Amino acid sequence: MYIYDKIDQQIIEDRVTQFRGQTERYLNGEIREEEFLPLRLQNGLYIQRLAPMLRICIPYGMLSSKQLRALAEVTRKYDKGYAHFTTRQNIQLNWPALENVPDILADLADVEMHAVQTSGNCIRNFTTDQFAGVAKDESIDPRPYCEIMRQWATFHPEFAFLPRKFKIAVCGSETDRAAVRFHDIGLNLIQNEQGETGFQVLVGGGLGRTPVIGSVIREFIPEKDILTYLDAILRVYNLNGDRNNKYKARIKILVRALGPEEFAKRVEAEWQHIKDGPATLTEEEIERAKGFFTEPNYQSFDADQAEQALSDQASQDKAFGRWLERNITEHRVPGYRSVTLSLKPIGVPPGDVTSSQLDSIADLADEFSFGEARSTHEQNIVLADVETARLYELWQKLKPLGFATPTLGTLLDMICCPGGDFCSLANAKSIPIAEAIQRKFDDLDYVYDLGELDLNISGCMNACGHHHIGDIGILGVDKKGEEFYQVQLGGCQSNNAQLAKVLGPAFNRDEVPDVIEKILSTFVEKRVDGESFNETYHRLGHDHFKEVVYAKDN
Amino acid sequence: MPKIIKDAAVIDDSWQMPELETTSDLPEGQVLVSLEYWNANQEDISEVADRVGLVLEPTETPDQIEGDLKAIPVIAVNFPIFADGRGFSIGRLLRERYGYEGELRAVGSPIRDQLTYLSRVGFNAFQLAEHYNPEEALASLNDFSDSYQVAVDQPVPLFRRKS
Ligand code: SF4
Repeated sequence: MYIYDKIDQQIIEDRVTQFRGQTERYLNGEIREEEFLPLRLQNGLYIQRLAPMLRICIPYGMLSSKQLRALAEVTRKYDKGYAHFTTRQNIQLNWPALENVPDILADLADVEMHAVQTSGNCIRNFTTDQFAGVAKDESIDPRPYCEIMRQWATFHPEFAFLPRKFKIAVCGSETDRAAVRFHDIGLNLIQNEQGETGFQVLVGGGLGRTPVIGSVIREFIPEKDILTYLDAILRVYNLNGDRNNKYKARIKILVRALGPEEFAKRVEAEWQHIKDGPATLTEEEIERAKGFFTEPNYQSFDADQAEQALSDQASQDKAFGRWLERNITEHRVPGYRSVTLSLKPIGVPPGDVTSSQLDSIADLADEFSFGEARSTHEQNIVLADVETARLYELWQKLKPLGFATPTLGTLLDMICCPGGDFCSLANAKSIPIAEAIQRKFDDLDYVYDLGELDLNISGCMNACGHHHIGDIGILGVDKKGEEFYQVQLGGCQSNNAQLAKVLGPAFNRDEVPDVIEKILSTFVEKRVDGESFNETYHRLGHDHFKEVVYAKDN
Repeated sequence: MPKIIKDAAVIDDSWQMPELETTSDLPEGQVLVSLEYWNANQEDISEVADRVGLVLEPTETPDQIEGDLKAIPVIAVNFPIFADGRGFSIGRLLRERYGYEGELRAVGSPIRDQLTYLSRVGFNAFQLAEHYNPEEALASLNDFSDSYQVAVDQPVPLFRRKS
């Protein structure tokens, strides 16, 4: 993991001091409401429906056990003893008091954490694959580059007042687990034919009101040029993005208006001026960053023996076998596996954790995974480096903590935004929908039989719950002051990215579980030869599902 | 006389920003004129070059300026609302790409808490929104002891300064 040096630490402490002063001046009436707004947003602070909300940054999802304990302490000391993992790998407090926020930020700074640029019209947290560095299908570890870019983006003086928020995702593996096609900039780390490392660059993807799949504007930019190239993209956007209508202000609208080719040309022209300038990365800097993400001290094991023992345990204990099948991921080092701790037990809002659970994750990370954990954009937690031989032991510890729900990647592993229970922008509640679906489909055999299935719920079209890229997406809408839910089908976030299509008129809350049941029954009845939901959906066609769902009962 | 911040001190400001038709005569004294006026009256201006400066709007980039940009005594960049961040790029372009070394002034309604970033991208003079006391605001010029990126105030990025 990256470790701050003296200068990093000083800069983050300067930030705390700065915000403390700003908060004081605001409370004294010296800063106007609308002026304080971007200042607090760029320190993670929203004013929500019920209270302020503080979004704390987890850079590309990496957490140390020390940081987890600090987060636990912060939730106890300043909040109601729980927090919420977001779909961009960050964590949110729901009840901090405005006047305490500088103290919270100071406590976080002590463990090299912050809430810098987690909201507001600026460059946000870089997100990446939760299995970075350990995935079998990975060609290049994205984390050193994420850290280099994090530093570049932190307090970037030119791009703190962009037309709109700006999100960047990085992926270094064959399977895209970072949804790079749905970000303002998506970066695929690749090697070219000469064996040089660099990035394929996509721009203009995004969800929200106008969902768009990003376009490739450059097939290869060498690693040393990435910062100057990002500067060029951001400058073209900063000068040309729409400043009048916030719904047209994202870079995707600019890219669409100019066309990706013209946009690429402008970036190229801008880049010619700054390329090879001092922001060009040095080999030493890339090496320095890589030095923070070296392999932990892996032991070598008799892998065959461990595998044998594992399959014996799995056949003796069915529940363990289920968990193994769902919540465990292959590791590139023999004798190790990555384990996903599910934050989706029935009856708990997806992604919510209590302070004592945060402490437990810290303990488990220390005991089983070299003191590190990762947050995922599906709102779960990963322990990346667990010995195969200790999986059974870990599982037994996870069960009483509520982390062993064996439903990863299934219908019950749904993504859900905070929605109307917490969020002031919401059109409708989303958490009760998630819960009603979890309760309706509590038969695990049925859920497993459905296979991999993404169900994503957002409380409004800002799409924090990524409803456009779920196999099934649910969107809260407002109809004359009443909460309704639109159902969408056929989205996909990964390599063959697709946007979901709206099924038809929206439903009221009570109808939603039955509608989902009709959709799923159709899939189960009509699928052939182990088809996934997405495959059946495309074979049968959208209208087929539409007819089934809206057919008059008789 | 109105006060502005210039080179980290509060000073009296003698530059006027009159509204001018492109055909009107230049008023007396030190004046900042629009780009349109500037480009239309190059000849007249060249005779009194040291008392005429330019105001750029957020849509006006340095490539649109006619004549010798380096000789302009003051270039002001307007922030019609403080959150309009285009001026940050314009300032940086003026300094880095066009080699402008004169007074670069942020006008309109920049706020105290933008001073750090504004000075990083090359502004050295600031006419803050009216409700800010410039004396008190000076403190915000030095919010950070160091910074990661290349900018006008620091042409060497932090990673090149680390041993
Ligand atoms: S999708 Fe809408 S309701 Fe849900 S968290 Fe985002 S803004 Fe709030």
